[in-house]
Amino acid sequence: MSGARNSTARRGAIASLALLVLFLAAWEWGPGLLGIPPFIIPPVSAVAAEGVRMFNVTHLMFHTGVTFAEVIVGFAIGSLLGAIIGYLLGMSPSAELALSPYILALQIAPKVAFAPLFVLWMGFTVYPKILVAVLIVFFPVMINVLTAIRAVDPDLINLARSFKATRAQIFWKVEFPASMPATFAGLRIASTLAVVGVVVGELVGGNLGLGFLLSFGEGQANTAMVFVAIVMLTVVGGIAYLAVILAERRVLHYLPARGYQGF
Amino acid sequence: MSTPIRLEYRNVTMRFAGKSSGSEITAIQNVSFALRDAEVVALIGPSGCGKSTLLNIGSGLYRPSQGEAYVDGERVTAPNAHVAFMLQKDLLLPWRSIIDNVTFGLEVQGRRPAERLARAYELLTSFGLAEFARYYPHQLSGGMRQRVALARTLAVDPTVLLLDEPFSAVDAQTRIVLQRDLAGTLKRAGKTALLITHDLNEAVLMSDRVLVMSQRPGHIIDEIAIELPNRDDPIGRRQHAGVGDYVAALMDRLEIGRQPLAEPGSAP
Repeated sequence: MSGARNSTARRGAIASLALLVLFLAAWEWGPGLLGIPPFIIPPVSAVAAEGVRMFNVTHLMFHTGVTFAEVIVGFAIGSLLGAIIGYLLGMSPSAELALSPYILALQIAPKVAFAPLFVLWMGFTVYPKILVAVLIVFFPVMINVLTAIRAVDPDLINLARSFKATRAQIFWKVEFPASMPATFAGLRIASTLAVVGVVVGELVGGNLGLGFLLSFGEGQANTAMVFVAIVMLTVVGGIAYLAVILAERRVLHYLPARGYQGF
Repeated sequence: MSTPIRLEYRNVTMRFAGKSSGSEITAIQNVSFALRDAEVVALIGPSGCGKSTLLNIGSGLYRPSQGEAYVDGERVTAPNAHVAFMLQKDLLLPWRSIIDNVTFGLEVQGRRPAERLARAYELLTSFGLAEFARYYPHQLSGGMRQRVALARTLAVDPTVLLLDEPFSAVDAQTRIVLQRDLAGTLKRAGKTALLITHDLNEAVLMSDRVLVMSQRPGHIIDEIAIELPNRDDPIGRRQHAGVGDYVAALMDRLEIGRQPLAEPGSAP
């Protein structure tokens, strides 16, 4: 059983690695073979060389660090707010009824469109970037928490009540842990969205972060620089996502093993 | 008779708001009965006749529209420590280990950790589950989980157990074993229990008396004393010829086979 699963995992990993090699090879030689000039798609070796140059000259790691910090702060604040509002609305149907049209309106409004507004308000600082991330992260977490609280088996709550549990005990011992799987599903989505929010904020204004390098590279028609920024943004998003996955594995350790899922 | 009354329903009527506004559904109508100390009484009746509503009233989760329920002579107005219930679903908390599930009620009631663990280990040992204390619910079979649920119910040491079809979700063989475990435990601990079931055999095998409820609005239409030995041992009681007669009498009383089946999904 576990041997079969192991060999499935191994075959999956080998195929995955082969795909990566194939992709990199296609990136390196594909454009040349198809006659695409390097200022449209620079080969992977040129992008790597540009990455080294940026590391030495353009403070690549500093800008990556700024973006990463914005992502983490925006993700943390947005998730916390989303979870708190989700729990409050989940426990008070009348509050949800009163607020749901506004929440829906804010949910439909494209959050990234607020970025110029926030830059106008707060200037070329890190705050508008964080705020866009907070806003964009808020909704998936809130919706998932709200839905999870609603879905708690009423018999579980009755069981706690029959033991004379207080409202706070019902929340902390039943509702809160019961909402964890859905909350983590929301956090996974939120971790990738946080990067989107921060990058849009950085593109709109300021001279810090990978979003700034992105627009700087664009201004100079330095395609390789744009690619480097995209790669680093993917790395930042990947780290955030990985952190959520690791936390999820620790918190949700009690769930039956669902076999190998990758990420 | 000087044996004290443990659980009593006095003229209990329960109405729920119907689907269309303003309409009312009477789930149970003027129900009165009492359970004496250490008595096990089975409650049978067609589906949707309000059996579970009676259980919720007894455990203080619902307030009856009229009438009162009493536990140990005290009027039930809210959940109280005298009563604990167990349902068809085991309601184990998946994020808690088995031992922590058993201690759940004690923890909510604010007992000391050492006392909680000692009590839980004692119960798990008596159910042969001590070695699974650190497992999680999904790692156990349905029958084992239901035994854990029973241990959790007993952990708070209630005088009255309200059991709502506790074994209807397990397979037939497991049910026989669980019935034996429950009957033995109830007898040894001298607990009073109201056992809601739709299994007529189970009603006869496990109880001192069987109460028969009517279609909705549910009321008690008959009470049959089971005068058979071995209430603590359903497997032993099964051997008695009288079991079949009681089951036949109950079938007759419920008019099983003489009328069309009740509409499914009509339970409130």
